[in-house]
Amino acid sequence: MAFLDRTARGLLLLEIIRGMWLTLRYFFKRKVTINYPYEKGPLSPRFRGEHVLRRYPNGEERCIACKLCEAICPAQAITIEAEPREDGSRRTTRYDIDMTKCIYCGFCQEACPVDAIVEGPNFEFATETREELMYNKDKLLENGDRWETEIAAALAADAPYR
Amino acid sequence: MVEFWWSYAWPALWIVLKIMLIILPLLIAVAYLTYAERKVIGFMQLRMGPNVVGPFGLLQPFADGLKLMAKEAIIPTGSNRVVFLLAPMLTFTLGLVGWAVIPVADGWVLSNINVGILYLFAISSLGVYGIIMAGWASNSVYPFLGALRSAAQMVSYEVSIGFVIVTVLLLVGSLNLSDIVRAQEGLWFFIPLFPMFVIFFISALAETNRAPFDLPEAEAELVSGYNVEYSAMAFALFFLGEYANMILMSAMTVILFLGGWLAPFDVAPFTWIPGFIWFSIKVSFVLFVFLWVRATLPRYRYDQLMRLGWKVFLPFSLLWVVLTAGVIVAFDWFPK
Repeated sequence: MAFLDRTARGLLLLEIIRGMWLTLRYFFKRKVTINYPYEKGPLSPRFRGEHVLRRYPNGEERCIACKLCEAICPAQAITIEAEPREDGSRRTTRYDIDMTKCIYCGFCQEACPVDAIVEGPNFEFATETREELMYNKDKLLENGDRWETEIAAALAADAPYR
Repeated sequence: MVEFWWSYAWPALWIVLKIMLIILPLLIAVAYLTYAERKVIGFMQLRMGPNVVGPFGLLQPFADGLKLMAKEAIIPTGSNRVVFLLAPMLTFTLGLVGWAVIPVADGWVLSNINVGILYLFAISSLGVYGIIMAGWASNSVYPFLGALRSAAQMVSYEVSIGFVIVTVLLLVGSLNLSDIVRAQEGLWFFIPLFPMFVIFFISALAETNRAPFDLPEAEAELVSGYNVEYSAMAFALFFLGEYANMILMSAMTVILFLGGWLAPFDVAPFTWIPGFIWFSIKVSFVLFVFLWVRATLPRYRYDQLMRLGWKVFLPFSLLWVVLTAGVIVAFDWFPK
């Protein structure tokens, strides 16, 4: 009987027909594609994208050149040089991130005592040359000005969990 | 001069014109078959398929074609140059010449020869030469293995295709393709010969090296089979030839089993639609099933493929030939 059953199923292509029926139903289902450049998926507030250096609302840069981020960076992508400014406050003269070395682990953000270096929600910063990915302080501060609203919102949303 | 024009030049020109009328729509159909393939498979995998170039991605095939034309044609140093370049041309040509005898509608056929089905059979068998030549001329491992597989596979499945054709011919009593279609008025052959129809379709999949029988180009083992070494237009010709072959096999299926240009019911609203539209609708349906099968089934193992061809299809179709012949003799249903 089992032999008959198996032979009948084989000869009548029952399993193949069942499979074809399944794919036909999928043919009419709603598609899950997100049309990327035109549509984007949701991002978690913890998303770790391109780095920014933030400022206080009065325009003063947050970074105090403590170099904790440079110390903790496992890829050694951050280079910092510091000097006292004219008003005596401790500031960086140089703050470089080699984005080709960075592994986007988020340790710099965790280490920062003043929330100055943050990995923002931007992940579309591909460039045509390698040199453009060597970020300096100006570039990072500019990023900070550009993404401040989003970053402030993301930090506020994540604050209850840390 | 006048006599030369009317007896030689004009008929030649007329034939060229008719050839153009067949080949141009065919090439456009090939282009859109590649598009349809990506769309259908995409949809069945819950993706969108190409949708950026032009509305709904409709210009995608032309973008692909342009890209292939702009690319550099690389001829490997170890290859046999002449054969290497001849192979894709042969495949492409063979994909097109079969259409000379396909009746698209009643009387719409380039050459209405009396051995049409044999001609088609011969052309589809010749298709293996392009692949063998490509595999040999590439002088490389993967193409060679792919070509060997392809040759063995096409030869195996041609046998059962031959028997299927014989069964149809027993019912028609003619080798002329238009007569085969006319014989199906009232009853398309896929109803009385349903098992043969299924065998023919599956063999057509194997004959055109389509999934689930696409072992000659199995990506997992052979990278891409016999066309590994090809690039640019030579590759495009292979591609076009293969897809033209698919359309040819679908047209053969339609003519042998699905009543060619005939309307499904011989009543008013169906008969208003001209024959070639019915023909293209049926061909498109068969092609859709080709793509549908590809989206559904995993690839066969090579020994399974051979077992299916020789141990299942061959005896089964042979049995059916004998059975059909027996029934015709027993009930005296000889075709007029």
